[in-house]
Amino acid sequence: MQSSPSPTVSIPNESTPGLADAAPFESVLFVHPGEIAPNVEREPACFHDLNLDLVVADLTRDRETSHLLPFFYQPLRDIETLHYRQDAQRDLERSELRAAIDRFAARMEVAERHHAFALKQEFPHGRDRWLHDAMTIYTDAVQVLADQLHDAAPNSLAFTGLRNYLSTYVNSASFVAMAIDGQKVGEMIGAIPYTVNINNGRVTVRKYEEEEDYPREVERTFDRFKEEDATGDAFDNPPIPDAGYVENRVVELVAQLFPVEFAELAAFCQRNAQFMDAVIHRFARDVQFYLSYLDYIAPIRSRGMTFCYPEISGLSRGLEINGGYDIALAAKLAREGKRVVTNDVHLSGHERALVVTGPNQGGKTTFARMIGQMHYLAALGLCVPGTLVRLFLPDQIFCHFDQEERVSTLRSGLENDLMRVHGILDEATAESLVVLNETFSSTMLSDAVYLGKEILQRMLEKGLLCVYVTFIDELASLNDATVSMVAVVDPDDPSRRTFSIVRREADGLAYAAAISKKYGIDYEHLKARITS
Amino acid sequence: MKPYLLFPIDVIAQGALPTNLESMSSDLELDVLFNAMAAGDRFFYTTVRQIVLAAPPEPDVIRYRQHILQDCLQLPELFRDIYRVAVEALEVQRQHYFGFMRSNPGAALTGSIHLLAAYVPLLRQIHQIMAKSASEIRSEGLKRFLAATQSELSEDYLNEIMTHVHDLELRRGATMQATIGQVGKPMHYRLLAPKPAGWRDLVPVALSRDAYSFEIAPRDDAGFQALDNMHNRGVVDVANAVAHAADHIRAFFNALRTECAFYLACLHLHHELATRELPVCFPDMYSSDQLVFSATGLYDVSLALQMDPTSRVVGNDIAADSKSLIMITGANQGGKSTFLRGTGLAQLMAQCGMFVPASSLRANIVTGLFTHYKREEDTSMNVGKFEEEVRRMSEIADQITPGNMLLCNESFASTNEREGSEIGRQVVQAMTEAGVKVVYVTHLYDLAHGFEMQGSDNVLLLRAERGDDGTHTFKLTENPPLATSFGRDLYARIFGA
Repeated sequence: MQSSPSPTVSIPNESTPGLADAAPFESVLFVHPGEIAPNVEREPACFHDLNLDLVVADLTRDRETSHLLPFFYQPLRDIETLHYRQDAQRDLERSELRAAIDRFAARMEVAERHHAFALKQEFPHGRDRWLHDAMTIYTDAVQVLADQLHDAAPNSLAFTGLRNYLSTYVNSASFVAMAIDGQKVGEMIGAIPYTVNINNGRVTVRKYEEEEDYPREVERTFDRFKEEDATGDAFDNPPIPDAGYVENRVVELVAQLFPVEFAELAAFCQRNAQFMDAVIHRFARDVQFYLSYLDYIAPIRSRGMTFCYPEISGLSRGLEINGGYDIALAAKLAREGKRVVTNDVHLSGHERALVVTGPNQGGKTTFARMIGQMHYLAALGLCVPGTLVRLFLPDQIFCHFDQEERVSTLRSGLENDLMRVHGILDEATAESLVVLNETFSSTMLSDAVYLGKEILQRMLEKGLLCVYVTFIDELASLNDATVSMVAVVDPDDPSRRTFSIVRREADGLAYAAAISKKYGIDYEHLKARITS
Repeated sequence: MKPYLLFPIDVIAQGALPTNLESMSSDLELDVLFNAMAAGDRFFYTTVRQIVLAAPPEPDVIRYRQHILQDCLQLPELFRDIYRVAVEALEVQRQHYFGFMRSNPGAALTGSIHLLAAYVPLLRQIHQIMAKSASEIRSEGLKRFLAATQSELSEDYLNEIMTHVHDLELRRGATMQATIGQVGKPMHYRLLAPKPAGWRDLVPVALSRDAYSFEIAPRDDAGFQALDNMHNRGVVDVANAVAHAADHIRAFFNALRTECAFYLACLHLHHELATRELPVCFPDMYSSDQLVFSATGLYDVSLALQMDPTSRVVGNDIAADSKSLIMITGANQGGKSTFLRGTGLAQLMAQCGMFVPASSLRANIVTGLFTHYKREEDTSMNVGKFEEEVRRMSEIADQITPGNMLLCNESFASTNEREGSEIGRQVVQAMTEAGVKVVYVTHLYDLAHGFEMQGSDNVLLLRAERGDDGTHTFKLTENPPLATSFGRDLYARIFGA
């Protein structure tokens, strides 16, 4: 997270003149019209350690979202904008409004594609046909969205703004004329009947006269073979653009057979050349920021996991997380049909450091990630994985996770660790969040204790918020600012991983790795595995 | 129409084989069985492997196959003739196959009609071959196939197919009805009947005000591609109908080839065992919710096939009805492993409809078969032997379900007896209680003795005997484990002393 103030750039207002009275809706992501923050093209340094790179990769996988990445890379601290986003997203969580936006976004994508295709056309009538196509889809998409937004009665500033904007727009004379004329011309052109004969490169177009249905006749003969095997192996209908080149020459010939009709189409296209409104166009792209995230968390929610809108504090430095969990892990487990364990965190007064100890594989890293993610996602204005979350937005998030690949670098692991932590301490301020995971774990115990205490002491002196995952029990009780969190071990079964991290004294309980239990082939687990 | 020689009803195509196959195949030496059945034919090998390892069918289906197999033993020539025609169909298909042209209906239409034209004489042959043996067929399955070939492959219908094949060559190009269509949708083309030349074609296009035409330049590949595309859209309905027909017949011949191959492979094995004067029988199969396993003269077919044809393998009698655990202890080299393997092989053969290597056998179907054998060498460098065993058991646990069978050969013997026995006990207890049938060969006395003390009716304890003179009898008897010095042997082996 960058602490430097964000310079703003204004984007030209290209909306239709005459709509000046409409609500000043400009963007679904930013509250102040005309202000948009700069493009951030590289992912923040903490992204990888917090597994947020996995999250963003997943949620942008099946979408045209390259334009969205900068928004995910840019956490905000402006509380007004964050509330604007939270409210907009709350609206999008209502199924009626969501369905309207989904439909709209899908149609806009098609309209844009067809518009782009039209501009590449070589023959005039073919180009007109594609233009008309794009216009019709656009007008329909906007009209339907305007109606549905009205019915959906949005609450957020963003969507009431959009609703008002659309309502003015669709009632404008030019829009109404485009919609009515477009439909009329389309029906007329679409119904023109002709035949085409293709014989070795020669294409002949004629007016159509009634003939019997030949394919049906053939199908009847082979019907007895059809019933059992007709399982989705039908031939694909080849995509539209493939035949476009010749098909458009055919259209030119059909236009010669029907000149009046095609002249009308041309006139329509000329009248409406600039049909797409800039604000609406940007909305269709930007709203994907919320939709991609909501789609990403939907499977997690369907496992009964809760997301909430965090209460963002501008002053109080306290931290309260109830039922929090690692979003990336939750997504992975949801795909496997499982739920993730949730944890609570409460920091109050002058408590600043969470020291997490306990057995390996006990969920410590996940817990540390969760806290980092929570702060980051909150700063994007998104809902966060937890039931109730209150937090202060840090100016920056720093992570230092133990990574195996560092072993291969020229410096020793320890030297690298120290260099990195030194760098963090240089950059961090009292308002930063630092997440350290098993730092110095590769060192002799006495060194590790010494270094751990020193570093933690320095962090605490800065007054920043620190999460420190370690096997060094001593750090957990360094002073009053440290809070000891322990990965819980089931006393009846020391190898059962509870993934619960609770506030209690570090007890150094060794993780007795009974192998059979680790692999889940002890009586209880095995029986459950077979019968489940 | 379908052959229905493996299943009397339509079944969903067999999915992927279970992932435990590699270890199970080597543990049970399945390759020996498959190779004997394949007799050098790669297709036979693949086929029997697929069928033997597939999820087992219900008992009535097993009986259905047993009856067809009995017909096959009586009428080997009939099966060989049908198989020969099916193989010819495969050749035809290699020449005209169109499956890779899914996105090109026009080319597929051409391919399909050629394929149909080539298939028709082969269908006629099937009709004739079956008619010839009609009176000798006994099994329900083969009778049904006979009836289908006589009614559905009639001469009239085969001729009707040929008429369409001729028309669809589209000698005068494709004439299609078209409309420009709705906004945003592709144009619609629909093939019109391929007509003989008429008056319309005699008027030059240039002189007509009702027709315009253009020619694609000879080297305009993109243009020809586009034409193909339009043509394709016009013929798509017809191509679908014809391709479905060709697909169907292709599937019919493929199924016929596979199904006949299975029975012919059984015939190979039957011959091999008959040469060795070894008994086989058709087993009596019970559903998977019952616990049945009893046999007389049960021998290891894999061992039998590998031994000198003149030496006899030892058969065992076993009465394990209502037993969920068979635990086998006793002397090394006493036939324990052979018995375990023989049991697994007989189970697999029985539940796919084959005859089994025994004088008599009845068994319930097991819905999955797993093996956990002690590995001789540790294949992995960083996982200890014991942990490797545990991990493998865990992998089995990932897949095994109630109604399955687990064959353990010296499982958990790579650690000390107390630990190995304790883990083995928990595994066996969990497995059997969860409805998995377990056959466990072990020399862990503590383990076997624990089940002896439990005294459950569901446990059968067998012991490999040494004769009084110390020689191996290879016979197993119903006996509890002997408390002897197996521990020291184990120690010596595990620790390489």
